[in-house]
Amino acid sequence: MGKSLFQKVWDAHTVGTISDGRKQLFIGTHLIHEVTSPQAFGMLRDLGLKVKFPQRTFATVDHIVPTINQDAPQDPLAAEMMQALRANADDFGVTYFDLSSGKQGIVHVVGPEQGITQPGTTIACGDSHTATHGAFGAIAFGIGTTQVRDVLATQTLALEELKVRRIEVNGDLRPGVYAKDVILHIIRLLGAKGGIGYAYEYAGEVFDRMSMEERMTVCNMSIEGGARCGYVNPDAKTVAYLHGRPYVDMTDFSATAARWLSFASDSDAHYDDVVSLNAADIEPTVTWGISPDHGIFISESIPDPATASTPLEKASIEEALAYMKLDAGAPIKGVKIDVAFIGSCTNGRISDFREVARFIQGHHVAPGVQALVVPGSQIVAIQCEQEGLPEIFRAAGFEWRGAGCSMCLAMNPDKLVGDQLCASSSNRNFKGRQGSSTGRTILMSPVMVAAAAIKGSITDARELFDLNTPASVA
Amino acid sequence: MALEPVPSVLGSAVFIPGADIDTDRIIPARFMKCVTFDGLGEFAFYDVRFDEHGAKTNHPLNDPRFANASILVAGVNFGCGSSREHAPQSLRKYGFNGVIAESFAEIFYGNSTTLAMPCVMASAADVATLRDAIEADPDTVVTIDVQALRVRTSGGLDIPVTMPDSAREALLSGRWDPIQELLDNDASIDAKAIELGYV
Repeated sequence: MGKSLFQKVWDAHTVGTISDGRKQLFIGTHLIHEVTSPQAFGMLRDLGLKVKFPQRTFATVDHIVPTINQDAPQDPLAAEMMQALRANADDFGVTYFDLSSGKQGIVHVVGPEQGITQPGTTIACGDSHTATHGAFGAIAFGIGTTQVRDVLATQTLALEELKVRRIEVNGDLRPGVYAKDVILHIIRLLGAKGGIGYAYEYAGEVFDRMSMEERMTVCNMSIEGGARCGYVNPDAKTVAYLHGRPYVDMTDFSATAARWLSFASDSDAHYDDVVSLNAADIEPTVTWGISPDHGIFISESIPDPATASTPLEKASIEEALAYMKLDAGAPIKGVKIDVAFIGSCTNGRISDFREVARFIQGHHVAPGVQALVVPGSQIVAIQCEQEGLPEIFRAAGFEWRGAGCSMCLAMNPDKLVGDQLCASSSNRNFKGRQGSSTGRTILMSPVMVAAAAIKGSITDARELFDLNTPASVA
Repeated sequence: MALEPVPSVLGSAVFIPGADIDTDRIIPARFMKCVTFDGLGEFAFYDVRFDEHGAKTNHPLNDPRFANASILVAGVNFGCGSSREHAPQSLRKYGFNGVIAESFAEIFYGNSTTLAMPCVMASAADVATLRDAIEADPDTVVTIDVQALRVRTSGGLDIPVTMPDSAREALLSGRWDPIQELLDNDASIDAKAIELGYV
């Protein structure tokens, strides 16, 4: 019996077993940001410990940075957090991609674009969307702040081994169906808690055909399905993406690439569970409630608690509809929006902005809708500028902002006000997620967000744009 | 590092209804603008305890009958979403010392164990029975017995609960914070770093 990528990477990185039975796992790459690291450095200082391998930790600032006048936050708490990260990086000798580096951005965008994210490695970060890096065939997962301390001090973590669920999607996606729709559909089917205890292996023709950036969108939302990590096996696309990136050692690249590819799951690998889906069954998907598994196709109606199969499900639908102020049984299409947000570690990469820019020319954001476009990193922003994308977005009435997490979790000034409803390319539709305790979020692909911004309401992008033309990005 | 073993915790309890209670709900992101965990207790469940005008809602944590609760009882997938340790930190600092739920999200679970806050899983039926008992008598003392894997109440309930062997062992042996054991394996860590070409 062969091994899955998860098992190969897990076995290779196991240092030993600690007394409670957990494994001590070596963490190849540690990524940190300003929100979940300051307390960890404080713990190190309290214990008189150093960072064991400073060259294996990389820092950036993303959660609290403003997207206007980025280096001068008006919020003194934000300024203090940025200063703390600067001081901690300096004191402990950690590489810091700060705002003046030209490389700052959302930590899950920065890692891949720098080539820090590599196949066959373990990656940890005090952020649940660390699974994004699994797109490269890494075992990457979010950790708490005390665990950030553990990685800083020892480059290891105490962890329980996960089971592996292979999720195969075969066949052809229909035009206008994106990576975001695929993962929202998977989460809808398997549930927000369906992945607890599992790593998700995304496999089959659909993921094979996806670009690295699309794979990142899928892996990013693994945690929304309860899976702490998710990955796609490395292939020629993975190798081509990483070739020549700053942190990739090019001295014997063919040997490096061969080693990376050797981590891919064996054809006879053991899986604890296998789920198979047909790509053609997936339609553009949007959420209607307050959990990422509250998804429906754009053509469907909002669920009705009267048709719930259990009392728990009925209560859950009622709670969600009361919060979202949506009518049971009504179409989701046509629900008015106030704000549109394109960005985040889910959908803030160059291909996302290119794809939207293909369709919005000649259109304009609807009156009364605020539409924000936030690149995932400074490098993405520069690339967009070189391709003239900001002008296209501005001409269509979108606001073009600086790089960061922005309105995905609204720790910076980009927040919903009152019960505004946001069409969002981000990853969570939790109550209050976008900065207002009564704010409402509907998750969808960036192209669907653009369509909603232009129409002023939740829209089937296929009816507004000609999505039958092939995408420019493979 | 010698830490206090946690064979059991006890106190009065409060039931917080709803599935998939996420860490944004437990501690809204804006309260994470801080460089220490101090002071997070007052912000636990803030946006569901207070409306947009700052007035108290009818959330169970605002119910004076449960003002002294130190055991939290909840439904499925408690603590889902973000990895923020601020969530269990805020619960600890609010005064909770244990959680009983139908199920937990993994990162929250690990963070809680590392803070010596036992989290145990009970069946939906047993959670409902427990809920009814504490709502009938809010002074009911609820004991989470980590050693025996039982939850008992002063009213005579005695229900089986589960938790991963490793979490139970870590709590019982006082090794819920693994840092010393991780540090002790320094030579093996160095060897692994070299073997895998990381340094």
